[in-house]
Amino acid sequence: MNATRVSYTLDSSLASVNKAEQTAAELAAKSGFNEDECGRISMAVREATVNAVLHGNHYESGKRVTVSFETTPQAMIIAVRDEGPGVDPKAVPDPLAPENLLKQSGRGIFLIRAFMDEVRFRTMDPGTELTMIKFVREPSNGSGKEAHQ
Amino acid sequence: MTMKASSRKVDGIVIVDLSGRITLGEGAVVLRDTVKEISSRGEKKILLNLGDVTYIDSSGIGELVAAFTSVKNAGGELKLLNLTKKVHDLLQITKLYTVFDVQDSEASAIAAFSR
Repeated sequence: MNATRVSYTLDSSLASVNKAEQTAAELAAKSGFNEDECGRISMAVREATVNAVLHGNHYESGKRVTVSFETTPQAMIIAVRDEGPGVDPKAVPDPLAPENLLKQSGRGIFLIRAFMDEVRFRTMDPGTELTMIKFVREPSNGSGKEAHQ
Repeated sequence: MTMKASSRKVDGIVIVDLSGRITLGEGAVVLRDTVKEISSRGEKKILLNLGDVTYIDSSGIGELVAAFTSVKNAGGELKLLNLTKKVHDLLQITKLYTVFDVQDSEASAIAAFSR
């Protein structure tokens, strides 16, 4: 499989979130990721796009979200960029801390980190770009079944 | 797929059968409004049946947490029933699996409510 790259410029709406999620699921499946991995990738993309639309662009109609997908034989690389005021990921409280466990929000970035292999934030002018990478794993022998003698 | 919620009452417990996706937007709102409406009737024992819930995002998790705390703060109990593997894994990752009382069968869930 050769490297391919596709990019979408979307408005700041929930429809864009669904579009990004659906595209991620389709491209992940085409790239050979299994069902569980496709689910994790598409959820990470959904969470990143929600952050861009909601917390970055605040649903403002004049601001756009750019979502790009690059697939190579080794990995799927997704970048989500907003035009918001910027985010400091270190300032986001740990959602697993006992005092935060019952908070209604604040789990998006945690889930992205849990589901993807590499996550990077880059401050842009304007906005923030979040890049997520999921590496292709070699299929295990014997469909994951252990051989018994 | 949009979220649907229908409720029934068994042995004094309101069972809410949910189906579809609990995500930011309509799904999360349906869950919030449903629990709010049930609580407003004075019902204090609520069982959310998630067996046909195909997908939950972080906003949906947030709504489940909000429902749990609002019912608890009103002196009631909210439990979860029939988690799919995806939802189970999500609650494990977010350390919420032990916060919620999760049941595998309707009978055991009903029996688990205080009398």
